[in-house]
Amino acid sequence: MAKDQSIQRGKRATIKKSFQRNWQLYLFMMPVFLYFFIFHYIPMYGVQIAFKDYFATLGIWGSEWVGFEHFERFFSSYYFWRLLKNTIILNLYMLVLFPLPIILALAFNELRNGAFKKWTQTLTYAPHFISVVVVVGMLVAFLDPNTGLINHLLRALGIDSIPFLTSPDWFRHIFVWSGQWQTLGWSTIIYLAALAGVNPELHEAAKVDGATRMQRILRINIPSIMPTIVILFILNIGNFMQIGFEKVLLMQNTLNSETSDVIQTFVYETGILEGQYSFAAAVGLFESAINIVLLITVNQIARKVSENSLW
Amino acid sequence: MSKFSLSDKAFDRLNFLFVLLITIIIIYPLIFVISASISDPHAVNTGKMWLWPVDVTFEGFQRVFQNDAIWIGYKNTIIYTVVGVIVHLFVLLPAAYALSRKELMGKKAWLWFILFTMLFNGGLIPTYLVVRNLQMLDTMWAIVIPGVVGAWSILVARTFFQQTIPDQLVEAAKIDGASDIYLFFKVVLPLSMPIIAVMALFHGVALWNQYFNALIYLRTEDKFPLQLILRQILILNEVSADSASSAAGSAQSFADQIKTASLVKYAVIIVSALPLLIVYPFLQRFFVKGVLIGSVKE
Repeated sequence: MAKDQSIQRGKRATIKKSFQRNWQLYLFMMPVFLYFFIFHYIPMYGVQIAFKDYFATLGIWGSEWVGFEHFERFFSSYYFWRLLKNTIILNLYMLVLFPLPIILALAFNELRNGAFKKWTQTLTYAPHFISVVVVVGMLVAFLDPNTGLINHLLRALGIDSIPFLTSPDWFRHIFVWSGQWQTLGWSTIIYLAALAGVNPELHEAAKVDGATRMQRILRINIPSIMPTIVILFILNIGNFMQIGFEKVLLMQNTLNSETSDVIQTFVYETGILEGQYSFAAAVGLFESAINIVLLITVNQIARKVSENSLW
Repeated sequence: MSKFSLSDKAFDRLNFLFVLLITIIIIYPLIFVISASISDPHAVNTGKMWLWPVDVTFEGFQRVFQNDAIWIGYKNTIIYTVVGVIVHLFVLLPAAYALSRKELMGKKAWLWFILFTMLFNGGLIPTYLVVRNLQMLDTMWAIVIPGVVGAWSILVARTFFQQTIPDQLVEAAKIDGASDIYLFFKVVLPLSMPIIAVMALFHGVALWNQYFNALIYLRTEDKFPLQLILRQILILNEVSADSASSAAGSAQSFADQIKTASLVKYAVIIVSALPLLIVYPFLQRFFVKGVLIGSVKE
């Protein structure tokens, strides 16, 4: 680090010399530089179309400025509150289930039988590798009102079959819990690693004092992995509003749109399908702005409260 | 806390049952799909088949293999995945190596340049417009290039290089007159097989499973990857007689088409997930390692 700084401050001659000696390193940076420049920084520059009336023939630069017109149109439209509400509820629902992988990791960690532990881990990780298309395809098959397994079960219990996938009341539950099914096992990995790092002496001492397994989990294991929990929680918030939009799109249909319309699917619809680029870019920008504010706020709170934060 | 005065033995039993129950819940749908793929569709649709195969038949797989769209999708997915992984490694590894070297000037600026993209991005529409302006629409490059590398992978690979390639090794080689390019290919890469495997696997799985880029960037059906074909079959229910057997399509009765649909449905899930299901148990170690290297915070 000190060397870096001295080079930065130092004379041009040193920089030139260093560059001549290490120019190949900069060549190594070229592909990444070009990729991020073209596919991340140019779109950031392109975000200005949210404040313009974009016409492909005029280009980003040539199109006319319209200020906040698109934002005003979005905020005053009748679907604005519905989109915002659906997006927030769906994400809060997922956030509420944040402790589940922690609980499972704690349970894995207490297993005494090594082979059983290994097998259950391998099996619970598996759904992580299934594509969202297949997951939604499985939902369609299992939840079919006539031929689906779940409705066969319901009928056997004397309950009328339920059109799960076309019902606004069921959309959120199905979305969130099928997501848990897919990611629960996989999400335990990081917590398990953190648990492996818990100081065994703490457990020995607690055992001598007569602490039960449950007490040791609550008083030793959970506090020990708290830093990991906080960091992952912040990262989760950082993705707030964006999680799983591709799956929402697959599960969405005209009958459940009352609860399944979220901001991102709306951006896709108005932007990609209808070609209202400027308007859709404005909606997308609105969402990114909320995300950044949330991330910074939560990070700040975490830093004050727990001394663990991303930066 | 005295409420939790479970004896250790009782705790162990309860915990065992808890994990067993979770595992069964997670694994059951997968077993169902496997069994359904080789069962008679009538037994599946009427709920007679619920765990083990009933009236075993391999007709579903036969029809999947006869379906041209699935084959083309499969071929496309393999091409996109292989090319995508190669480009991914080509972009990722040299940069991660350069960033791990202290001789690289302006490292803070480089890292900010990369990390900032984690915090903020232009969003769907501006990115789409860039891809369109580059004339990439409806080409393989629209699948391979956008998202070819993420800030996270660069950081992970960089951490790996920092930890495994000793400075002395690099310095000694440089004194002997080795160039960075020579060093990278002859010394660094051979020492870095674990990270290369991890990165290739993660990116490969992501490419294999993704559908959204294909949905927005591709138009021609011949170029669709498997996931888009699956979407048509599984979710939009556009299965049918558009396969090799389409000549007989008109003669097909409605009931027969429904039968085909449900036959193909489960078999196609198996076929699409097969490569991952086969390699997964062997490579699980690598995947877990990847997650763990990524979780190391500096």
